[in-house]
Amino acid sequence: MNRERLHAMVRKEFVQMRRDPATLRLVLLVPLMQMLIFGYAIRTDVRNLPTVAFDQSRTQESRALVQRLTATGNFVLREQAESYEDAVHAVDAGRARAAFVIPESYARDLKRGRPTRVQVLVDASDPSSSASAIGAAQMVGQQLNVEIVQQRTGSNLSTGLPIDVRVRPLYNPALQSAVFVVPGIIGMILSNILIMLTSMSLARERETGTLEQLIVTPLARSEIMLGKIAPYVVVGYVQMTTILVAGHFIFDVPMRGPLLALYAVTFLFITANLGLGLWISTLGRTQTAVTQSAIFIMLPNVLLSGFMFPREAMPPLAQAFGALLPLTYYLQLVRAILLKGAGIAEIWPQALALAAFAVAFFTFATQRFHKTLE
Amino acid sequence: MNESAVARDVVVRVNGLVKRFGDFAAVDAVSFDIERGEIFGILGPNGSGKTTTIRMLCGLMEPSGGEASIAGADIAKNPELVKARIGYMSQSFGLYRDLTVDENLEFYAGVYELGAKKAGRVAWAKKEMRLEEIGGRLAGVLSGGQRQRLALACAMMHAPEVVFLDEPTAGVDPAARRLFWTIIRERAADGVTMIVTTHYMDEAERFDRLVFLSRGKRMALGTPAEVKAQFGEHLTLEDIFVQLQEKES
Ligand SMILES: Nc1ncnc2c1ncn2[C@@H]1O[C@H](COP(=O)(O)OP(=O)(O)OP(=O)(O)O)[C@@H](O)[C@H]1O
Ligand SMILES: [Mg+2]
Repeated sequence: MNRERLHAMVRKEFVQMRRDPATLRLVLLVPLMQMLIFGYAIRTDVRNLPTVAFDQSRTQESRALVQRLTATGNFVLREQAESYEDAVHAVDAGRARAAFVIPESYARDLKRGRPTRVQVLVDASDPSSSASAIGAAQMVGQQLNVEIVQQRTGSNLSTGLPIDVRVRPLYNPALQSAVFVVPGIIGMILSNILIMLTSMSLARERETGTLEQLIVTPLARSEIMLGKIAPYVVVGYVQMTTILVAGHFIFDVPMRGPLLALYAVTFLFITANLGLGLWISTLGRTQTAVTQSAIFIMLPNVLLSGFMFPREAMPPLAQAFGALLPLTYYLQLVRAILLKGAGIAEIWPQALALAAFAVAFFTFATQRFHKTLE
Repeated sequence: MNESAVARDVVVRVNGLVKRFGDFAAVDAVSFDIERGEIFGILGPNGSGKTTTIRMLCGLMEPSGGEASIAGADIAKNPELVKARIGYMSQSFGLYRDLTVDENLEFYAGVYELGAKKAGRVAWAKKEMRLEEIGGRLAGVLSGGQRQRLALACAMMHAPEVVFLDEPTAGVDPAARRLFWTIIRERAADGVTMIVTTHYMDEAERFDRLVFLSRGKRMALGTPAEVKAQFGEHLTLEDIFVQLQEKES
């Protein structure tokens, strides 16, 4: 590798990026927009889950309970169900996202000081919205318990707490919360945008005819490849910082672990994705063909990496495929650092995996790229 | 052409060169030699194999058969050495339209590792290729003639021994063509071997020697006068060209 040639290549790529306002806009605004859309969608959903009530007790006490639950702002009462099946059906059909099931004996049990059981069914298929609804329901249950127990001070506590609000999450037993999903957006956006941009960049040179003029020079293959990715490393860091800061100040995503460690492992992640993008770009000749291959990677990125669904719940084949994606490891990393406060000591296996990906993809790409026109 | 074997200084040797795409031979056992400082023409109708021949000689395509060497470097065994010794201007404009004239020149100066010589060579190229007035313009907005001169500048900044120009005057107005040919002659006078393809027959007389290709086969080789003699003295090169094309269809 020669410094002067590499420098010329890197510089040219930076100038070209600066001259392309459309791509610059994409690179800077899309992460922010996705962040905001995602973040606010979580908030509005959380505040207003349409809810169906199956109130078999039909008493003042049961209406008070419904009142308490809706007062949290998480639930909006939309309809009354006539049976348990009705209530579940309303959730299944999507008319409601939550259901209250209050037993016929509710008021009677309370009066007699017997434990009673209230069910709150929550459609947890959207993890971010359901988590806080579930939290709210549990909170209401506990508050009521404390109040009732206080009213009966002196009564025998060994009978247990009077109301047992049981939450049964439907469809998403792993219960991912909003703060859990938002750090994942960093990984998802970095991965998908970087793969898209790098894979296009080589195909564009091929299509516009500049590649022929480029490969007739003494530039080494690795110099061309490194030059292609250099500007996007910067792009990746800008995007990551944008999401990190916005996520922290707008959506209260914590930053518990060392940020320096996060930035360090992010370098490995960015490089791995750029290598993957370059590799993809050597697989197709036109920008259209390359875009299609890139989408072929981006879809598993969203579905199999653990960004949307917990990997533990996936069939073995899907898990195995997910293990081939850098994003899978980065998600574990970024969540561990931001949410659990993990440092290098805890995350080095994932960091090592990312480093291996970076080297492997870059090597594949360089091997597949030939300085000929065939 | 110098007939005495002693004085011949051959820089390009092409011997039975073949390029097949599947069953189809785009270049079919073509041979010729080119001497240092010659302006050598590769002529032929569309699809006759001019570009394919040049691409093989520049190390951009692997030959399917035969052999060739440029300034002593074998094109099949050592394509990267060939690339360092030649300049190449592709048939379609291959420079960056979103970079200015100066930025394109700077880029190629870096790629060819001109180092301390960089500033001097860029200034030389801009002067010789008549680009001094337009250094700040984006390559994408240049006229056809300006574009071709910029491409030639980028291909020659590193002072290559041999330069390949693939249809440099196609789609360029007559005045710009004349200027371009003046520049080609000036470079050849410096001792650089200029290899040029064209299908403008009025340009054929400008070559020291030329090879005529048709369907990948060599139909004629020699000075314009020798080629005419080979097909019959009464014919112009234009007539020969039309004849070959008719034979083809
Ligand atoms: N990569 C390729 N794959 C398959 N066929 C090819 C390829 N490149 C060229 N050909 C075919 O080889 C033949 C010679 O093409 P070439 O481009 O060398 O002709 P040319 O003389 O340069 O023509 P033109 O005057 O149009 O530039 C054509 O029939 C062309 O279709
Ligand atoms: Mg051609």
